[in-house]
Amino acid sequence: MTRTREWIYAWLLIAPAMILLVLFTHYPAVANLWHSFLSTPKGSRPAVWVGADNYVQLVEDPIFWQALQNNLWYALGTIPVSIAIALLMAVWVHGKIAGRGLLRLAYFTPTMLPMIAVANIWMFFYTPEYGLLEQVTKGLGFASHNWLGSKSPALASLMVVTVWKEAGFFMIFYLAALQSMSPSLAEAAAIEGASRWYFFRRITFPLLMPVTLFVLVNAVINAFRLVDHIVVMTRGGPDNATALLLYYIYEIGFRFWDSAYAAALTMVLLAILGLTALFQFFVLERRTHYQ
Amino acid sequence: MLRSIRNLILAALAALAPSLASAQVEVPFYYPVAVGGPITKIIDGLAAAFEKENPGIKLKPIYTGTYQDSITKALTAVKSGEPPVTSILLSTDMFTLIDEDAIVPFDDLIKTPEDQAWLKSFDPAFMENSQTGGKTWGIPFQRSTVVLYYNKELFREAGLDPNKPPQNWAEQVSYAQKLTKRDASGNVTTWGIQIPSSGFPYWLVQALAIQAGTNLMNSAGTQTYYDRPEVIEGLTYWVDLVNKYKVHPEGIVEWGTTPKDFFEKKVAMMWTTTGNLTNVRNNAKFDFGVAMLPAGKQRGSPTGGGNFYLFKKSTPAQRDAAFKFIKWVTTPGRAAQWGIDTGYVAVRPDAWETPAMKTYVAGFPAAAVARDQLPYAKAELSTHDNQRVTKALNDGLQAALTGTKTPEAAMKDAQREAERLLRSFR
Amino acid sequence: MISASHVYDSRGVVHGLETVAAWLLGFLWVLPLLYAFWTAFHPAEFSTRIALDAPLTLENFVKAWRAAPFARYFFNTVVLVTMVLAAQLVLVTLAAYAFARFSFPGRNLLFALVLVQLMIMPDVLIVENYRTMTWLGIKDTILAIGLPYMASAFGIFLLRQTFKTIPRELDEAARVEGCSPLGVLWKVYVPLARPTYIAYALVSVSYHWNNFLWPLIITNSVESRPVTVGLQVFASTDQGIDWSIITAATLLTTAPLLVAFLLFQRQFVASFMRAGIR
Repeated sequence: MTRTREWIYAWLLIAPAMILLVLFTHYPAVANLWHSFLSTPKGSRPAVWVGADNYVQLVEDPIFWQALQNNLWYALGTIPVSIAIALLMAVWVHGKIAGRGLLRLAYFTPTMLPMIAVANIWMFFYTPEYGLLEQVTKGLGFASHNWLGSKSPALASLMVVTVWKEAGFFMIFYLAALQSMSPSLAEAAAIEGASRWYFFRRITFPLLMPVTLFVLVNAVINAFRLVDHIVVMTRGGPDNATALLLYYIYEIGFRFWDSAYAAALTMVLLAILGLTALFQFFVLERRTHYQ
Repeated sequence: MLRSIRNLILAALAALAPSLASAQVEVPFYYPVAVGGPITKIIDGLAAAFEKENPGIKLKPIYTGTYQDSITKALTAVKSGEPPVTSILLSTDMFTLIDEDAIVPFDDLIKTPEDQAWLKSFDPAFMENSQTGGKTWGIPFQRSTVVLYYNKELFREAGLDPNKPPQNWAEQVSYAQKLTKRDASGNVTTWGIQIPSSGFPYWLVQALAIQAGTNLMNSAGTQTYYDRPEVIEGLTYWVDLVNKYKVHPEGIVEWGTTPKDFFEKKVAMMWTTTGNLTNVRNNAKFDFGVAMLPAGKQRGSPTGGGNFYLFKKSTPAQRDAAFKFIKWVTTPGRAAQWGIDTGYVAVRPDAWETPAMKTYVAGFPAAAVARDQLPYAKAELSTHDNQRVTKALNDGLQAALTGTKTPEAAMKDAQREAERLLRSFR
Repeated sequence: MISASHVYDSRGVVHGLETVAAWLLGFLWVLPLLYAFWTAFHPAEFSTRIALDAPLTLENFVKAWRAAPFARYFFNTVVLVTMVLAAQLVLVTLAAYAFARFSFPGRNLLFALVLVQLMIMPDVLIVENYRTMTWLGIKDTILAIGLPYMASAFGIFLLRQTFKTIPRELDEAARVEGCSPLGVLWKVYVPLARPTYIAYALVSVSYHWNNFLWPLIITNSVESRPVTVGLQVFASTDQGIDWSIITAATLLTTAPLLVAFLLFQRQFVASFMRAGIR
C-alpha cells in the first residue's frame, strides 16, 4: 500500500466514529458557547444576540452559586471517603479473609444497580417515622430525624448514597492493581521483617498512586455528571439544599425551558470538566506510564 | 368463492375509505392520565359515543402520558407544525400556552345564548384558572381541590367526636395536640396533623393564604402577593404547627408518602388532594372521614387539575368540531359520570343534581365534601413564567419550614424573585 | 521459601477484628437491597415492620407489572442496549485499529479529539444534544437515546491499547497471505482481543441499562422509554407512594442485570478489572 492510500484508509476507518463524536461532543460544546450569548426563543419571538446577559444573570443568581457550592461540598465529601473505603475494601478482599468471594460480591453489587433504582430504595430507607434507618435509630433511643427533609442532613444523606454506590466500583481498580503487583516486593519486605502497616505505607500505597489519581479523576467527573438520585430523592430541595449543577441545568433547561440560560450554566460545568482534564494531563500523565 | 367475494368487498371499502374520511373533520385530541383507573378506556368510549352522534367528526384521542409529558408533547408539536386541535393540560399551563402563542380563546366560538349559558354553568372557582384578560382560554374538565382526611379511630381514642372534624384553625391545633402521641422517652409515635411540603408546597400554602384572606396572584398572571401579611400569617400558622405546638412532623414532608403515613397511623389528620379519595378508600384499614379544610378568617382551598384548550394551528372546521365535543362531554350527565368514574370533582353544580351522582353521594358521602368546599375555592397559583415564579415560592416555603428563614423573610425573598421574573410581562 | 503473605494479611486478634469489620461493611453494603427484597415480597402492612411470621407474597410484583407497561419498557431497553452496543463495537473497532496500526497525518490530534469525550461525556451536553435531536427530527425515539453514545472514546481507547499489544508479526504474516487490512482486522485482531470485547460489552450494557437523565429528557412516551425512566414515571404519581409496589417495580427493573451479575459475577468483576487497567 502506498503511503497516501494508507492515510486515506486510516481516515476512512476513523471517519464514522469521528463524525458521531464531532456531532455529539465537539459541536455541542462549541454550539453551547454560541447559544449562551443568545436569548431563549419563545412563541413567535426568535432568539436574538444578548451578549453576556445570560452570564450576568448567572452571576446574580443565588441558586446557581448555591448549586455550585453544593456540588463542591458534594465532591469534597464523597470523593475522599469513597476512595478510602474502596482502598480498604480492596486490601481486605485481596488478602486471605473468610468468605472473600461473597464479600467482593457484596461490595460490588451497588455498582451494577441503576442509580435510579438505588435512589428509590434509599428513599424508603430514609423515610421518616418508619424507614429502616429511623427504626434503627429509634430502637437505639435516638431522636427522630427527617433525613432528606431538613436542610443540613439532606446533602449528607445523598452523599452517603453516592459513597455506597461508588466505593465498590473504585475497589475494582485497586484490586486489579494489587493483583498485578510483583510478589517479589512482598517477599523482599517479608525478609526485611517489615510490618504490614509499614509495607502498606511505604510500598503498596505509593505504588497504587497512579490508580488513586485515575480513580480521583473519575470520581470528580462522576461528582458533576451523576444526578439521577437527586431527581428521585429530593428534586434539589429543601430550598435548593441538594441542587447540584447538572440538576440545576436540567431544571432550567427542561422544566423551565430556558435553553439560553441553561447553555450559560453548561459552560460553567464544561469549564470545571476542562480544568479536571488539564489536571489529568499535566499531573496524571506525567507520573504514570500506562499509555 | 365466498372468501374472494369478501375480499372484493373489503377492497372496495378500502378504496372508498379515503373519500369518506376526507368528508369527515379529523380532530386529534391529546389527554394525560394522572389518576388510577381505566382512564384510556373511558376516553375511548366517550369518543366512540360522540362520533356515533356526530358522523361528520372523527375524534382521535391520543394518550400523552403524565401532565408533564403532555405539555412537552403539545409544545413540541406546536413547534414542529402538527399540534392537536384540542388537549387537556394543567389549568396552570394557561399563561405558558398563551406566551408560546399556541392556543386561541373560546370566545370566538361562543355565539349562541345556549353557548353562553353553558359557559356560565361551570363552577366559578374553576373558571378563575380558565380566564384572563376578559377571555376564556380553557374549559374545566378534570379538576381537584385540597381536603382534610382524618382517622376516626384515633379521634375516638383521643376523646374527640369522630363526626366533628375541626372547623377552624384553633380547633385544628387543639385537636392535633390531643391526637399527637408520644412514647415514654418523648418521641412522637403519632403526629396530630401533616401538610405535605415536597414537590408543590405552594398548593398547600395557598390554601392557608386563602383561609387567611388573600390569594397569591392577580388574574392577569403578572403580579404575585407572596409577601402580603395574610400569606405570612398562613405560613406562620404552618410553621407554628411544627415548632410551637409540635403537632406536625419537622422538615419537609413528602407529598408521595403522606397517604402512607396516614395508613400507618403515623398521622391522624392529613391535607391532600381529592384525587386521593379512591386510594384512601382502598387502603385505609380503619374508619376515616373527609372534611373541608378548617377556616382561618374564612374557609378556602385552591383548585387543581386540567382544562381543555384549543390550539391555534387548526382549521375553523376542526375548531368547531372540537368545541362541539367539549360541549358534549361537559353536559351535566357526562360531567357527573366522569367524576364518579375517576374521582375528579364534577365541574358544574348541576352535575351534582343528576340522579347518578345523587345515588353515588348517598353511598359515599365523602365524595360530596369537595363540592361543598367549592364555594370557598380559588384559582391555583398560575402566572407568566409559571414554573419559575412558582419555584421562587416553593424555595421560600421550604426555607421557612426547615427553619433557615423566618416566614416573613422567606416570603419577602420569594416576592422579590417573583417581581424580577414578572417585570418583563407587565 | 518465606511466605510473603504477612505483609498483606493480619494475624490473630487483629485478623479477627478485621474480618468482623469487613463483614459488617459487606452487610451494610447489601442492607438496602435486602430491605428492598423484604418489602417487595411481603404484603404492604409488613413493609415497615420486620416480623418473622410475615407471609410471603408475589402480589406486589403482579400489581406493579399491571400498573405500568413494564414489558414495553424492557423491550425498549433491550433494543437500546443492543443497538448501542452493536454500533459501538463496529465504530470502536475500526477507529481503534486505525489508531493502533496506521500512521497518518493528524493521528495525534485526532486521538486527542477522541479523548475529549472521556472528560466531556454526552451526559452533560444535554441542552445542545436535545437541540440536535429536535433538528434531526428524531426526538422521542430509541435511536435518539443511543446516538450520542455510539462513538465511545472509552471503547476506542481500551481497544487501541489491546490492539497495540498484538505482535506485528501476526499482522504481517496475514498480509503476506494476501489479506486486506480489513481482513487482517477481522482474522487477527478481533479474535485476539476477545476478552477486551467481553469486558467492554459488559461495561457498556450495564451503563446503558442504568442510564437515566438523558433518556428522561429525550423521551416522553411509552414507546421509547427505557425501564429506568419508566420506573421513575411510575414512582412519581400524584397519589402517594406504595412502597411495596415501588420496591417490587424497582427489583423488577434491575432483575435481569442482577441475575446476570450473580450468575456471571466472576466474569463481571474480571471484566470491570480489565476495563480498568489501561
